[in-house]
Amino acid sequence: MAKKIVVFMMLLLLAGCGGEAEPITLRLMTHDSFSVSEAVLNQFMDETGITVEVFKAGDGGEALNQAILAKGDPLADVFFGVDNTFLSRALDNDIFIPYDASALADIPDSLELDPEHGALPVDFGDVCLNYDKAWFAENGLQPPQNLDDLVKGAYAGLTAVQNPATSTPGLAFLLATIADYGEDGYLAYWQQLVDNDVLVTSGWEEAYYGAFTAASDGDRPIVVSYASSPPAEVIFAETPLDDAPTASVIGDGACFRQIEFVGILRGTEHEEAARQLVDFMLGQTFQEDVPLQMFVFPANDTAVLPPEFVQYSPIPANPATLPPADIAANRERWIEDWTNVVLR
Amino acid sequence: MKTSRSLLRLLFLLPVAFFILFYFYPLAAILRLSFAPQGAVAWDALRKLVSTPYYWRILWFTTWQAAVSTLLVLLLALPAAYVFARYRFRGQQTLKTISTLPFVLPTVVVANAFTALLGPNGLVNGWLVRWFDLAAPPIQLNHTIWMILLAHVFYNYSVALRIISAFWQHLGDDLPQAAQMLGASPRRAFGAVTWPLLRPAVLAAALLVFMFCFTSFGVVLILGGPGFATLEVEIYRQAVNLFDLPVAGALSLLQIVFTFGLMVWYTRAQAGMTRPLTLHASHQTARPIRTVTDRLIVGANLGVMGLLLALPLAALLLRSFTGANGLTLQFYRELFINRRDSIFFVPPGTAVLNSTAYALATMLLAVALGLLAALLLTQQATSRLTIDNWQLAISNFLDPLFMLPLATSAVTLGFGFIIALNKPPLNLRSSVALVPIAHTLVAMPFVLRSVLPALRSIRPSLREAAAMLGANPQQVWRHVDWPLIRRALLVGAVFAFTISMGEFGATLFIARPQSPTLPVAIYRFLSQPGALNYGQALAMSSVLMLVCAVGFAAIERFRAGDVGEF
Repeated sequence: MAKKIVVFMMLLLLAGCGGEAEPITLRLMTHDSFSVSEAVLNQFMDETGITVEVFKAGDGGEALNQAILAKGDPLADVFFGVDNTFLSRALDNDIFIPYDASALADIPDSLELDPEHGALPVDFGDVCLNYDKAWFAENGLQPPQNLDDLVKGAYAGLTAVQNPATSTPGLAFLLATIADYGEDGYLAYWQQLVDNDVLVTSGWEEAYYGAFTAASDGDRPIVVSYASSPPAEVIFAETPLDDAPTASVIGDGACFRQIEFVGILRGTEHEEAARQLVDFMLGQTFQEDVPLQMFVFPANDTAVLPPEFVQYSPIPANPATLPPADIAANRERWIEDWTNVVLR
Repeated sequence: MKTSRSLLRLLFLLPVAFFILFYFYPLAAILRLSFAPQGAVAWDALRKLVSTPYYWRILWFTTWQAAVSTLLVLLLALPAAYVFARYRFRGQQTLKTISTLPFVLPTVVVANAFTALLGPNGLVNGWLVRWFDLAAPPIQLNHTIWMILLAHVFYNYSVALRIISAFWQHLGDDLPQAAQMLGASPRRAFGAVTWPLLRPAVLAAALLVFMFCFTSFGVVLILGGPGFATLEVEIYRQAVNLFDLPVAGALSLLQIVFTFGLMVWYTRAQAGMTRPLTLHASHQTARPIRTVTDRLIVGANLGVMGLLLALPLAALLLRSFTGANGLTLQFYRELFINRRDSIFFVPPGTAVLNSTAYALATMLLAVALGLLAALLLTQQATSRLTIDNWQLAISNFLDPLFMLPLATSAVTLGFGFIIALNKPPLNLRSSVALVPIAHTLVAMPFVLRSVLPALRSIRPSLREAAAMLGANPQQVWRHVDWPLIRRALLVGAVFAFTISMGEFGATLFIARPQSPTLPVAIYRFLSQPGALNYGQALAMSSVLMLVCAVGFAAIERFRAGDVGEF
């Protein structure tokens, strides 16, 4: 609170010192999972004199669609959080102004998917299978190593996944199977999963807090979640834990990498200030804040990871990936075909 | 006199203006963008809709599950409404409050309460497996139609209970008793006398429950699982996941046209069955529990309510106090700690204040507009003999129109707000004012449905007698209408408050600045892994229930201008 007052006083001072430009208020539109430390955001506001207002507009898809609908007179100046499964939709609708941020030099090329630099990679996370360590120890079963294991008889009735039509991790997992087994093979793999009694839920919450043995009264010790979920289990444990109760399956091709982007919305009246905010978000301070706030990995290589992430969340060496244009072109058909095999 | 009368008329037009501005205008804008982005109508989406059997199957499923859910709700709530209208017993008010609490709970939380009780590793299955030495849990309800129906009953029970019992309280026993004296059996007296009198309130409740189940989203998605889809779910899928606005728009239109047709039928049926009644004060119609039969009737209904409503709520409450090592207050303590210095941390007090402020604003707006709308509709209806037919036609048309927001896909309306309310003076897209406005659209139909049956059953002769005895219109209103509709209005107020508290409907699709409410805070906790997050979500849900319970108590105690207890 005191900090807020200080910022406010400084703004007043700035406004009062005639000749200075009027203080700028930037609007940052994003999805519900966005978070940032108070100290980090205040640092930006202190350094630049720019006030940042955050608007949350539902999940990733909902927020992006609202930004597209408001294209003519945008709801905000900067949009944070379009991911690679939705990237083509954003680019096709041309909602971003290109910006060659200098921080791009520190971001791996593999994360840069928009050659125009309208959408700049800001963080990434891997959607992976998580398993309940205690359950597998008690039942004397080897935890799965890769996607092939899930269709083996020993793993019948153990797995919970999400519907790709209604869930982001669900879609990412479907894309992983498409990347692994190819367009010709993924449906056969899903048929085997169905025969092996896979549970499909509509969203992540029902799978994780409704069916996963490590987090609910459910009966599924394997669930589709994130590589960062095990460190979250440690950080948000009821009582301090020595070890994570869950772990991720990170074999080659077992995880799908989601990359999130930030961009300046076309139509903004504060393009210069918006660039400053984007620079800040790609810079070290914000990037090092990302893991513990949003449980994803920083895009910037210079950012240092917190110890929990180093210890409990190994980064998969070879995650599955698909080009965003392929995803955009085929998403509807893939989901439709998946629905026919798995749900009907 | 003349100017004040025309002013009064303008006042009655307020609800109409509100609807045009915040419902029809955004809806028209989004439908126009969906169907005719370049000016010319693209018929493809409508053609696709008509020619795809999948969409017709969805409409069929949406309709039958809503009809069956409504029947089940009525079957269970009607006897309870009788008990609450005819008996006085200790804890009555508390029970009514408990029955309304499910309404505000996020579906994910309710789903988990059901899993804790009925899931494969749940309490009930655990008992059954132990008692009968079974190999596998016998109850497998998750992702079945039974789970959807059960949840719909859980959520909507109190809608029927409150609306019907509030009306029943005012019906005297004199008419059915007269019928019995004339030789009718109790059953026949109920069928021939009580039922016709009660029917308007039962139908009003049935209509609301049906509309809620018809547009069911979270329950179908989460408890029904991915194998089921209502129109609302499919619209969401098309609008958000596929961003196919033409198909989403076409489905929304189908949803609206279907419910509008239903509403027109209902309005006609309703108009034919409402008759003026001698309404009694509730203390004249309720009696204490005396005989064994009384005990059985009351006990059976309380038993049903306990199993159906109180048990899942109790399971949630208990779980919010249970940690890995037994009973704990840890989850509640943790609510006050901003461990990660996040700017989105919400102290529970702030969330309570935000939620309450929105809910009170919604309640005031919905009650004021709903009452005006009800008066507008009845003024035209009661004086139908002297008034032109077109005015009656307008009333028959307006009543269904006011109900439409309840039947309109939240995502469609939310997107409509974004493209329609973008220019001053209506630049409300990112204003906090949009939240209570969106809630009011959904809450107002409740006030209207709750008040109309009461207002229509007031004998015109009462008003005429009062007027003949020298009462001016204000006095007639204060001493005749107000006492008779007050209880119905309070029922509407309770639901308006509740709808806003539970963040029902289109607000989920509004970009909003930092004024996090209780449900928003609950969703935040639920979106991250970790036992502490889950525990805090349940703790916050319990806080939400508590705030609602306090809110109900305050509303029910409201005595405006002490004009006699009804």
